[in-house]
Amino acid sequence: MKNKLNTNNSYSLFSIIKGGFKKNSVLDISMSNKTPKKSYDVLIIGGGGHGMATAYYLAKNHGITNIAVIEKGLIGRGNTGRNTQVVRSNYLWTESSLLYEHSLKLWNNLSQDINFNVMYTKRGVFSLAHSYQEARDVARRVTANKLNGIDSIYLTPKEIKEYMPIINISSNARYPIFGASLQKRGGIVHHDAVAWGFARRLNQIGVDIVQNCEVKNLIIKNNIINGITTDQGDIFANKVAVAVAGSSTRFAEMGNFKLPIESHPLQAWVSEPIKPILNPVVMSNTVHAYISQAEKGELVIGAGIDKYIGYSQRGSFNVIENATSAIIELFPCFSKVKLLRTWAGLVDVSPDACPIIGQTSIRNLYINCGWGTGGFKATPGSGYVFAHTIANDQPHILNEPFTLDRFTSGKLIDEHGAAGVAH
Amino acid sequence: MLLIECIYCGERDETEFDYGGEIRDKRPVDPDNLSDIEWADFIFSRKNINGIHIEQWFHSGGCRQWFNIQRNTYTNEITKVFNLKNQQIIREKN
Repeated sequence: MKNKLNTNNSYSLFSIIKGGFKKNSVLDISMSNKTPKKSYDVLIIGGGGHGMATAYYLAKNHGITNIAVIEKGLIGRGNTGRNTQVVRSNYLWTESSLLYEHSLKLWNNLSQDINFNVMYTKRGVFSLAHSYQEARDVARRVTANKLNGIDSIYLTPKEIKEYMPIINISSNARYPIFGASLQKRGGIVHHDAVAWGFARRLNQIGVDIVQNCEVKNLIIKNNIINGITTDQGDIFANKVAVAVAGSSTRFAEMGNFKLPIESHPLQAWVSEPIKPILNPVVMSNTVHAYISQAEKGELVIGAGIDKYIGYSQRGSFNVIENATSAIIELFPCFSKVKLLRTWAGLVDVSPDACPIIGQTSIRNLYINCGWGTGGFKATPGSGYVFAHTIANDQPHILNEPFTLDRFTSGKLIDEHGAAGVAH
Repeated sequence: MLLIECIYCGERDETEFDYGGEIRDKRPVDPDNLSDIEWADFIFSRKNINGIHIEQWFHSGGCRQWFNIQRNTYTNEITKVFNLKNQQIIREKN
């Protein structure tokens, strides 16, 4: 049986035709579970999108393939499979705009790069404004985006209505619409495809993905990291990179340094599938909600974080109630649609709603965290700059402003307006 | 939704309360001589505990008083309610 397992098939029209003649006897194993070797060049802790993207760009851009990705649970079961798939780059400040824009450009060709269709569809992302002040803020962000070379336009309520006739723009509405920004290249990428696409590609490259392997401690001598202790034994490495989102503080404790991170539940929920009715992604900071329609037809709705720290991956019902009622005010025709399921992720929120990517006080230990509510859109960009940081032991120009030092120097990058609720 | 016991008003829905974060270290005794690193640590660093966590809540939709509770951040079980001033335990569940 084993010699029939083909792990190096590339997906193409030709391979489909070829496979058609071979019945189902040739299985394409996307990913095999590995037991870890004794040592590696680079260990990546966390098998989420960011961790796997980091491994991928270490191999692609820096020629490092002796890598293991250590995952406590299973691939695709964490935040990578729990987010709401929105990608965009219309952030306010130049530092974050450039980082997210780099990521958006990588999404463009990622399906070809990793030979797996991640289903990036440019449906457009709207940010609604519900007051004069918010309209001015949104217009300011549009202008800032244009200065950074990012496509962004400001629309009046009538123009918004042309894109989605079902939206309620009446001036008597509970949440009257004053205007909106639109990024046309923003849209949706299928998150499960990202997880499986990266996992499959890493498997082909020869990167070991080790699942169900919990890291118990870091092995640090003379302030230099040598490896990690896991429940599958000690694994040694020249460099260790941590991309564990909500669990980042636990690793900081192991390394005896502190992080300005709080872990919160972040909820999302979907309706029963309905026929295509809403093409773009619509978000609103005022009502703390956003909505899009998945390819399967489900309405995907999300909210801001739950206010308290929580590791339970469960949130409070009032968050769902508030956001859903606001969505129904915006789109009255959804009032009879039934919700199918709800869930929560565990997000690592930083004080300025921006990530922390870079070196730590321990030599050869790198951390990538603090993405909060909006990390999914940055998956390839985050991996790209983090891989550069690890390979060269210094940050890429795009993640230079995002070091841990900024909380000491005071150079915070306040993105609460663009990232607080909007994902 | 959390059911939180205010020390003055009794058990109420979470929606009546504002969250005030983990209980913090005392304010610096000598703030004029604090280094940037020490300031950053005081202002931004968080323990972010997974498990037993003592935190501040504000009954904004009720008596408008602050108090502390001990909550397990993994199970959301609230085990103790404290008076903010003297840290006296008002209620304890086993």
